[in-house]
Amino acid sequence: MALSVREYRARIKSTESMKKITRAMELIAASRIIKAQQRAQAAAPYARELTRAVSAVATFSNVDHALTLEPEDPKKAAILIVTSDRGLAGAYSSSVLKEAERLIEKLKGEGKEVDLYVSGRKGEAYFKFRQRSIMQAWTGFSDQPTYDVAAEIGAALIAAFLADAEDSESDVAAVDEVHVVYTRFRSMLSQEPTAVRLLPLEVVEGTEAPDKADLLPLYEFEPSPSEVLDSLLPRYVQSRIFFALLQAAASELAARQKAMKSATDNADELIKKYKRIANQARQAGITQEISEIVGGVNALADAQAGSE
Amino acid sequence: MAGSSDKVLQVELVAADRLVWSGQATMVIARTTEGDVGILPNHAPLLSSIIEGVVDVQTAEGETWIAAVDAGFLSVADNRVSILAERAEMSHEIDLEKAREELERCKAAGENDDEAQEKLRRAEARIRAVERAS
Repeated sequence: MALSVREYRARIKSTESMKKITRAMELIAASRIIKAQQRAQAAAPYARELTRAVSAVATFSNVDHALTLEPEDPKKAAILIVTSDRGLAGAYSSSVLKEAERLIEKLKGEGKEVDLYVSGRKGEAYFKFRQRSIMQAWTGFSDQPTYDVAAEIGAALIAAFLADAEDSESDVAAVDEVHVVYTRFRSMLSQEPTAVRLLPLEVVEGTEAPDKADLLPLYEFEPSPSEVLDSLLPRYVQSRIFFALLQAAASELAARQKAMKSATDNADELIKKYKRIANQARQAGITQEISEIVGGVNALADAQAGSE
Repeated sequence: MAGSSDKVLQVELVAADRLVWSGQATMVIARTTEGDVGILPNHAPLLSSIIEGVVDVQTAEGETWIAAVDAGFLSVADNRVSILAERAEMSHEIDLEKAREELERCKAAGENDDEAQEKLRRAEARIRAVERAS
C-alpha cells in the first residue's frame, strides 16, 4: 500500500510540472496575441489605401490586366495553405488542413489539378507524411510573419499564375487560379478556417461598401493607367497574402492560448483526483497498520492467556 | 475632410506593416517614375508610381520631415496625399552607420542585376534622407 501512495505522489509531481509548462505557454500566447493583433491593425492602413488605389484604377480605366483575366478553361489551381510551425495549438492546424482538403476535393471535382503551396511546418509535415508533393513550402515565421515573407510568397504565386502552360521550358508550374486557405481571426474565442480565391483578382471595394462621401475622384495616372496597374496589382496580391498571414498568426496564438488553458485546467483536475486517491491510499494504509497492531496485540494476549 | 482643410494637405506615409507618419503639410515632394513631383494643396487627383528615393514633407508648422521610401505609390485626391511603400523610414529612424555599410556592401558586391540595383538605390536613398535632414 505504501508503494502506491508513493506512486501517486510521483504522478502528482509530474502533473504539476506539466501544468507549470502549459500555464507558461498559455501566458506567453496571451501576451503575443495582443502584439499580433496590433501588427494586424498596423498593416490595415496600407491595405486600405492599396484597395482604394486599385479600385480607383479599376473604375476609371478599362485596362485589362493579366492578373484580373479569367482563364477560359481553368485546368490547374494552386492552393496556398497557411498553417503553423509548431503544434500544441489544439485543432488549429488540423482544422485549416481539413478546410484545405475540402477545397482540394471541390477543385478536383471541377476537373482541375491542384498544386500545393504550404506555409508552416505543420502543413509541410502533413503532406510529406502522406507523400503528396508540395510545390513550395515556407517555414519558420508562422507566429510573426513579416512583409518580406508575404512578398516572397506573393512573387512565387504570381509567377506561377502568369507562367504559360504551353511553355515547357520554364521551371515554374503554370496555374490558372490561386486560392488561399487560412484561419480568420474573428475573436479570441473563435477562429474560422477560410478559403478565398486570390487570383484571378476580383477587384472589390474592401470589405465595407464605400459610402457616398467616399466617391472616387477622377485621377490622373502617371506614367499611364496600365503601368500604374502593373505595379499596383502585384502589391495588392502581396498585401492580401500578408493580411492572411497576420490573421493566421493571431489565430494560431489564440488557439494555442485556448488549448493551453484547457490543458492547465485538466492538469488541475488530474492533480485533485490523484490527491484524493493518494489520501485514500494513505488512510487505508494507516487503518490497516492499526488493525494489524490491534490484531497482533490481541493474538499475543490470547497466546499469553493460553499459556498461563 | 476636404471642407475643413482647404489650405493644407492631409498626408499619410504608409509602409506595409505600419503607418510611418501622418499629419498636415503644405507641400510634399516625391520622386515618381517620371521625375520629382511637388504636391501643393488643391492639386488635381493623381495616382502615380514612385521609385526608391526621398520624400520631403513640409508640415503646416513649417517643419521639414524627410523619409526614405521604397518603390510604391503616391495618390493625391481631395487634399489627401497617401504615400504607399513596402518599406518607409523617417530620417531620424535611420541608422546612418548601417546605411553606409549597406551601401559599401552593395557597391563591393558589384552585381548588376535588378535586385542589386534596387538595393543600391535603397541604400543611397536612406543616406540621402539622413544627410538632407541634418
